[in-house]
Amino acid sequence: MAVEAARSCIGGSGGSAAAASPELLYLCSTSAPFADRDDARMVAAALGLPDDVETLNLSASLRAGTGGLISAARRPSAPTLVVASDARLTRPGSAQELSYGDAAAACLVGPPSGDALASIIAMRSIGSDFVDHYRMAGVDFDYALEERWIRDEAILSLVPRLIREVLAAAGCDSGAVRHFAMPAGAALAKRLAESTGLGTAKRDEAVLAGCGDAGAALPLLLLAASLESAAPGDLILAVGMGQGVDAVLLRAERGVREAPPVLTNALLTRREESSYVRYLSHRGLLEVDFGMRAERDQRTAHSVAYRKREALSGFTGGRCEQCGTVQFPRSRVCVNPDCRALDRQVPHGFADSRGRVKTFTEDWQAYSARPPCVYGNVEFAEGGNLFMEFTDIEPGELQVNDALRFVYRIKDEDRMRGFRRYFWKATKAQAP
Amino acid sequence: MASGIKDKVVIAGMGCSRFGERWSSGPDDLMIEAFEEALADSGLERDRIEAAWLGVFFDEQSVGKSSLPLSMALRLPNVPTTRVENLCATGTEALRGAVYAVAAGACDIALAMGVEKLKDTGFGGLPERTKGTFEDLYLPSSTAPGAFAQLASAYAGKHGYSMADLKRAMAHISCKSHENATRNPKAHLRNRVTEQQVLDAPLISYPLGVLDCCGVSDGAACAIVTTPAIARGLGKRDVVSVQALQLAPSNGVEMGHRSWDGTHTLTTPLAARRAYAEAGLTDPRGQIDLIEVHDCFSITELVLMEDLGLSDIGRAPHDVMDGRYDRDGAIPCQIDGGLKCFGHPIGATGLRMAYEIYLQLLGRAGDRQTRGHSGRGPSIGLTHNLGGIPNRNIASVSIFGLRAA
Repeated sequence: MAVEAARSCIGGSGGSAAAASPELLYLCSTSAPFADRDDARMVAAALGLPDDVETLNLSASLRAGTGGLISAARRPSAPTLVVASDARLTRPGSAQELSYGDAAAACLVGPPSGDALASIIAMRSIGSDFVDHYRMAGVDFDYALEERWIRDEAILSLVPRLIREVLAAAGCDSGAVRHFAMPAGAALAKRLAESTGLGTAKRDEAVLAGCGDAGAALPLLLLAASLESAAPGDLILAVGMGQGVDAVLLRAERGVREAPPVLTNALLTRREESSYVRYLSHRGLLEVDFGMRAERDQRTAHSVAYRKREALSGFTGGRCEQCGTVQFPRSRVCVNPDCRALDRQVPHGFADSRGRVKTFTEDWQAYSARPPCVYGNVEFAEGGNLFMEFTDIEPGELQVNDALRFVYRIKDEDRMRGFRRYFWKATKAQAP
Repeated sequence: MASGIKDKVVIAGMGCSRFGERWSSGPDDLMIEAFEEALADSGLERDRIEAAWLGVFFDEQSVGKSSLPLSMALRLPNVPTTRVENLCATGTEALRGAVYAVAAGACDIALAMGVEKLKDTGFGGLPERTKGTFEDLYLPSSTAPGAFAQLASAYAGKHGYSMADLKRAMAHISCKSHENATRNPKAHLRNRVTEQQVLDAPLISYPLGVLDCCGVSDGAACAIVTTPAIARGLGKRDVVSVQALQLAPSNGVEMGHRSWDGTHTLTTPLAARRAYAEAGLTDPRGQIDLIEVHDCFSITELVLMEDLGLSDIGRAPHDVMDGRYDRDGAIPCQIDGGLKCFGHPIGATGLRMAYEIYLQLLGRAGDRQTRGHSGRGPSIGLTHNLGGIPNRNIASVSIFGLRAA
């Protein structure tokens, strides 16, 4: 999700044509896959960013998303890609299961520019070790305390104070704020708005309704929603909460006119899971018998994975300089039978390519965490062919010649050694 | 210019175990069963065998690596033995090794043995194995039916068949092989099925149902090959001689280059063309009396009819429905039941095909004996293997002929 959000932000599928080049990348999450392996570096590699891009993981608080934004804004000379992503496990039957959602959002923070979506006018943070919920290291689920206590003692006491402070710092009247991006339920957000003079500001309720409480990603999702409906000049107040509060006051700029509605598009093209059992199984909350085929050893040869990292992370193949043929994987000898030139290939990225279905099957025998396993031969628009997995396809949906785009997804889980590997899959390229 | 293999080597004897779920037999039992039949058939003393080739694909769960399992099971007198593996063309590779050795004059009598013990896997279908340390990191976790099912989606799309029409032709292929296997006491699956049963069978990999898939079987098959002179010395009047042994492996074009359209196997036409040339066949459709092809799945057999040049491109479904490849058709295909019903113990399969052609050419096929184009019995038969999957494979085409010793 982090990779997909970042791609929609800095270029690639669904984003602007020219990819921006950040100098830093922050991954903000309380549920990143690795406790010790630079998750942010994995995102950077999947985005094909150069190795001198600094990466940093911000974690351990739902304020990580706004924290990343504020930290990046403090150093505006270095363009920073802030990616917030959370996929938190919830216990079946819990209130969190009902309210949580999985999502990611990304924004690029840098020096003022003509096509910027917004300018940051003021920022303010306060910290408080208020334990409204927690999750100890190595534990799967959150433990959440009483909502009424959290509302009264944390939110209603800290948020209004901070809102007043940030508006004062900007010398701004609360009535001038047009958008209030507040990560709270509709009733509480309304109460907060009215108590701080933000009653006329627009609050986006579709995000919580559409994707749920996305943890560290929620404040940035709400900000994205505000930017989608903002006119140049609109003031936006974005709040993040988690052992304290962050408040960021922004002004929408001319760039909002041209920006694609990535959040709306993502919600429009979403896939709904209607089976609770399949949902539980997919999140690893239900031990389903996948049969003996699932026992296959998924050990990763890490020396190979490292040697082939550009192919596996960035979906980089080769283009033969002798004949122009593109191919995956990049190989010493050109695959074109009429060429076969030795060592003439330069890197060629396929992540942003389009493709078409050449052949496919829906395989009910192969192991898949979400059967059937759909895969086939894909022909890239610029040439080249790859036998690969499809994703987000329902049985009966795919046809030969369907248009495809490519997404970065989980490839295999090695349960024996506790390792997860990723690769690219093909999915239908549909206009939102 | 090489003169090729034609008529340099003949088959002295062949054997084939009963195929099936041989729960109480190990690979050594299967090899002995095939070997004793071949040895008796040849009229040779076992110690006259000067070299042997063993074909096994899934060594990990059956005999293990190397050729030692053959040497040890048969207690061969320490003659040179070699293990070969080339996916589903493994059995044919064992034969190629033995035939080339005799043709080269390196030895006069050689043994080719293929064996596979699949039913110790613990589950149905083929075992799950690594595709390679790099390949596992990006290729889909495909299965054999899933990889071959790809042919159907692409073929229907390119040639304008509805999947329903293509499925009917595929069902005809499966029914025909089931029908043929009822006449074969060594076959794994000897039940008749109707086209409707095939169409209604549970889906394995769209559009392949379980009755579009071949049997996963235990079995062994072997050949003892020698020179025409030695065969004459054994008192044989008519012998089956090797006319062609050709192989064409993929070089990555199907996997990586747009030129392959996914509707057929790129390698089979190459192997077929070379084999027809080596055997001196100028009119394969009129000269080849019967064929055993790699019908791992119904759709595979269908596209192979075109890849072997026996049906026009895009016309195989019509030829199949017209009965051209049925038992009483112009070119009977899988008269013994094929991989579909005789079964598919991978290492043995190529030699099992040769075994059936051998019996047919010698008029020893009993209830399932065919008469050939001449009406007096077949004189030329073809075997074909496709090791691997449609976009990454090894095709072998072999041709056998009946000759006076």
